[in-house]
Amino acid sequence: MPEIRTILATDCGSTTTKAILITKQDGSYRLTSRGEAPTTVEAPFDDVTVGVTNAVREVEELSKRKLLDADGKVAVAAKDGDEGADLYLSTSSAGGGLQMTVAGVVKAMSAESAQRAALGAGAIILDVIAVDDGRKDYQKVERIRQLRPDMILMSGGTDGGTINHLVELAEMLVSADPKPRLGIGLNLPVIYAGNKDAHPAVADLLEDRVSLRKVDNLRPTLERENLLPAREAIHELFLEHVMQQAPGYGKLSSWVSTGIMSTPNAVGKIMQTIAAQRNITVLGVDIGGATTDVFSVFKGLQGDSIYNRTVSANLGMSYSICNVLMEAKAENIRRWLPFNVSDAELRNQLRNKMIRPTTIPQRMEDLQIEQAVSREALRLAFEHHKSLARGLTGVQQTRTIGEAMTQSGTGLTLVNMMSLDMIVGSGGVLSHAPRRAQSALMMMDAYQPEGITLLTVDSIFMMPQLGILSTVQPEAATEVFERDCLIYLGTCIAPVGTGKEGDACVTVDVNGSSTAVPYGAIKVIPLGFVTGDDGEPKRAEATISPARGFDVGNGKGRSRTVTVTGGLSGIIIDARGRPLTLPTDDATRLRKIKEWMAAMDIPVDAPNA
Amino acid sequence: MGSAYTPGLTVSGRTVIEKTRRLPLKGAVLVQAGELVVPTTVVARTELPGLMQTVKLAEQLGVEPNELKSALRVSASDVIEKGQILAQTKGLFGFFKSEFKSPVAGRLEMISEQTGHLGIRMPPTPIEKDAYVSGVVQSVIPEEGAVIHCVGALVQGIFGVGGERQGVIRAVTSSQDATLDESAITPECRGQILIGGQCVTLAALRAASACGVAGIVVGGVVDSDLMEFMRSELKDPSFDIGVAITGHEPIPLTLVVTEGFGPIRMADRTYALLQSLNGRTAAINGATQIRAGVIRPEVIVADADQAASVAPPAADAGELRIGTPIRVIREPYFGALGAVTGLPSELTQVDSETWVRVLNAALQDGRNVTVPRANVEIIVT
Repeated sequence: MPEIRTILATDCGSTTTKAILITKQDGSYRLTSRGEAPTTVEAPFDDVTVGVTNAVREVEELSKRKLLDADGKVAVAAKDGDEGADLYLSTSSAGGGLQMTVAGVVKAMSAESAQRAALGAGAIILDVIAVDDGRKDYQKVERIRQLRPDMILMSGGTDGGTINHLVELAEMLVSADPKPRLGIGLNLPVIYAGNKDAHPAVADLLEDRVSLRKVDNLRPTLERENLLPAREAIHELFLEHVMQQAPGYGKLSSWVSTGIMSTPNAVGKIMQTIAAQRNITVLGVDIGGATTDVFSVFKGLQGDSIYNRTVSANLGMSYSICNVLMEAKAENIRRWLPFNVSDAELRNQLRNKMIRPTTIPQRMEDLQIEQAVSREALRLAFEHHKSLARGLTGVQQTRTIGEAMTQSGTGLTLVNMMSLDMIVGSGGVLSHAPRRAQSALMMMDAYQPEGITLLTVDSIFMMPQLGILSTVQPEAATEVFERDCLIYLGTCIAPVGTGKEGDACVTVDVNGSSTAVPYGAIKVIPLGFVTGDDGEPKRAEATISPARGFDVGNGKGRSRTVTVTGGLSGIIIDARGRPLTLPTDDATRLRKIKEWMAAMDIPVDAPNA
Repeated sequence: MGSAYTPGLTVSGRTVIEKTRRLPLKGAVLVQAGELVVPTTVVARTELPGLMQTVKLAEQLGVEPNELKSALRVSASDVIEKGQILAQTKGLFGFFKSEFKSPVAGRLEMISEQTGHLGIRMPPTPIEKDAYVSGVVQSVIPEEGAVIHCVGALVQGIFGVGGERQGVIRAVTSSQDATLDESAITPECRGQILIGGQCVTLAALRAASACGVAGIVVGGVVDSDLMEFMRSELKDPSFDIGVAITGHEPIPLTLVVTEGFGPIRMADRTYALLQSLNGRTAAINGATQIRAGVIRPEVIVADADQAASVAPPAADAGELRIGTPIRVIREPYFGALGAVTGLPSELTQVDSETWVRVLNAALQDGRNVTVPRANVEIIVT
C-alpha cells in the first residue's frame, strides 16, 4: 500500500459540515487546515455533498491544495505536487434521529432491557409495548400501526422460556402491519432479540411481512442482560435505513475511501482510546445541533473499564434547542445568565434559533443565552446517561436476580464523579466558544465535577474525523489527536460539601505558594504550557487541603497531594460546593454569576459595549 | 472565498413550483404525464389494510391450540361474515358441542397452531392523494404518485402549523406593521386565507378557528400565544413544540409565519405580493420540517391557465456575491434588507467575540454593517 501522506476527512453534522486536511510533515501527521460550511440537506440543494464540497473548497483555499475535481467531487488518489488526497473519510449524523418502538413480554424486564438497548444505540423511543403493559391488544395494535418507527426491537422470554408470549407479540405486529417512517414500499426492519426457541414460530409469522433480523437474546437469563448484539444490529440498520435518507448520502458513499461512519460511533472510538492509552476514567460529550451524545469510561467493581454511550436524541443547540427549553424550563436556562431576560423574550429567541438553526450569535447576550442553554442540555443529557449507564455494559453485565426483579440498577454506581479523571468536551458550543474558559465553566456548571478533574476540549471539533481515521490509520489519528485536537483547559479542584458564603473551604499549595479559596468562590491559579500557548501542559504537585466538612477524594477534611495538569485556564479551584446551588434571589445570583465569570476571565459585556 | 452558499426562502410572483404528491403506501396512480390537474384531482389512490382482529379461539372453545384445526369450519384466506361460525367442537357423544361465531367481517389471514389464535383482517380504508395545486403532471412515480408542475406565485414562510388547505386570499390588515386582532375576523372570513402584518393575537387565532378561517399568513407570532392556542385546540395542556416538525396537527386552520417568533413586521416584498394576490384562490400548507429534507410552509397561487403558462427562468440557486440582495435573519439587524458589498475571506471577530466568516452589507436604511454570513438569507425571487 502506498504511503498515506494526505488525508481529507469530513463530518456532516445536522447543522454544519466540517472538513479537515491532515498531512505528513517531517515524519509526523499534523492538522494542516480546516473548513466548514452549512450542511446542505435543505432546499434548494437537498444534497449533503454540496455542503461537503463547500467545506472542502474552504480547505482548498486555505491550504492551496487542489482537492476537488472539475465536477466538484473530492479527488481521491493524490497526484504528485499539490493535488488530491490519498484518503478521504467521512462521518455523518445528518438524516435526523432514529425512531424506534420496542416490544417485550414483561414491561419491567425484557421490555425495559430492550428500551435500554435502543436508547443506548441512540434511538428515540416512540413507545414501549409489553404483553403486561395494561393496554388492550387492539389499543397496542393501533398504536404500533400509528407510530411508523424506523425499526422495531422485539424481545422477551429467557432462552428456553416462554414461546407463546413472543408469538402473541408477533401476531400483534402482523395485525398492525406497521410501515417504516421512511422509504415507501420498504419492509419495516424488525430486530428479534428474544427467546431463541421462539424464533422459528415468530419467523413463520413475520418473515414475509417485515425485514426480520435475529440477534442473540438480550435477556438470555433473568440475571443477565446482553445488549451488545441488539445495539450493533440497531447501528447497522440505522446506517442502512435511516442515514440513507439524508439527501445525497448515496453520492457521498461513492466518494469516500472507506464506509461512512456515524458520528457518535466515531467519537466513541476516540473516547475509548483516550481512556485505554492513559488508563483513566473519562467522561466525554459531543453536543450538536440536534443531539447530545455522552460517553463514559468508568471502572467497574472488578476494576475493569466499562464503556457506555448514550444519545439524547432531542437535546441540541439548534434543531432541538426548544426541546432543551421544554425539558429544562425557561427558569433553569435563565439562572445561568448574567442579566435578566423575560420568559417571553427568551422563548421567542430560542424559537427563532430553532427555525433558523445555522445562525450564529453576533451579540454577546445572544452568545450567553446559547451558552446557558448548553449548560442545561449538557446537564439533562448527563442525567439521561447516568440513568442508562447501568444497562449499557455489554455482554457480560451481571445483575443478581433480586436486582433484576426490582430493576434497582447497579449501573448508577458506575458514574462516580469523584473518581472521574478527565472530561472531554466536543461539539460547536464547546469547541467554538470564543474563550476556552467559557467551555471550562459550561462543563463545570453542567457536570459539577468533584475532587480533581482534568478539563479538556476538542480544539476545533474534529474528534469524529479522528475517530474514523483511527480505524484505518491509527498512528495518524493518535498523532493528530495529541498535537492538534485535545486542548488542555486545566485541572478543576472542586471540594464536595456545602457551607456559607465566605467560610473556609479549601487551600491549595502549589509551587511553593498557598491559595485559600472561601466557600462560594472560584479562583484560578495560572499553570500553562511547557512552551507557548498550547501543546504539552505544565504539571505540578499540589497539596489540596479541604476545610472541615469538605471532601476532595480522601474523605472530609483530609488533604490530598496530587499532580495537577495545567492548560489555558490553569488550576481552577471551584469552591462553590457540591452539589452546586445557585442563589435564589435574582440580585445575589446575578452578582455571583458575574463574579464567577470574572474569576474565569470571561467578559460579561461585549468589548465595545 | 469569493462566494458562499446561504439558503433563502422563496417569495416570488411567478415561479415554477414542483409538488411531489406521494401516497404513504404503494397504490395506483390515476393520472398520466402531461395531464392537467386541479387541486381536487385525485392523483393516486391506495388502501390502508384494515387492522387484524385477533380471535383467541382455542381459549374460547376450551381446546388446546393443536386441537383447533379439527374444530375449524373456515380456512385461511376465506372471506368471513360477521356472525359466521368459525369453529365447532365435536362435543361428547354428539352433545355439549360448542361453537364460536366471528365477531367481525373480514378475511381470515392467520391461523396459529402455536397460540390457537385466528387473525381476521378487517376491510381496508381507502386513501387518496389529491393534486393540491393546479398544474400539469410532470412525471409519474409508479405505484406511488406524481410530480405536479405548477407555475404561479409562491411565498415560503419560515414556520407553520396545520396541513394543506385551499382558500381565497383576503388582506385584513392595513399594513405590514399592523397586528391581526379579533376585530378583523368576520363571518365573511370563513374558508378564506387571511393576510396579516407583524403579528396575530391569541384572540384572533381563536376567533378565526371558531369562524372557520382556512388559513392565516402573518409576519410573526408570540410563542406563548401559539402554544396556548394549540393547547386549547388540541385539548392537550402539555402540548409544546420541541423540534420544528409540524403540519400534522389536527387544528381547524393553517398558520404560516413568514418572519419568526415575536411581533415581526412582515417583509415589504412578501406583504406586497400577498396584497397583490387578494381575492385569488390559494393553496396553503403549514408543514414545516427543519431537519433532513427540509420542508417550509407555503402559500401557492397557481396561474389560471396552467396549459398556457410558460415557466420563468430558473432563479439563482443561492450564491452570495457582491450585490446579492439579502435579508439579515438574526439580531442585531434582524429583518433588515440590503445588498452584499464585501465578502472578506479572513475570519472576523464580532461582538460576541466569535471569529466567523462575515460579509459586509449596505442596508436599505443606509447603515453599512458587518454580519456573519450564516446570519443572512438570499432573497430568492
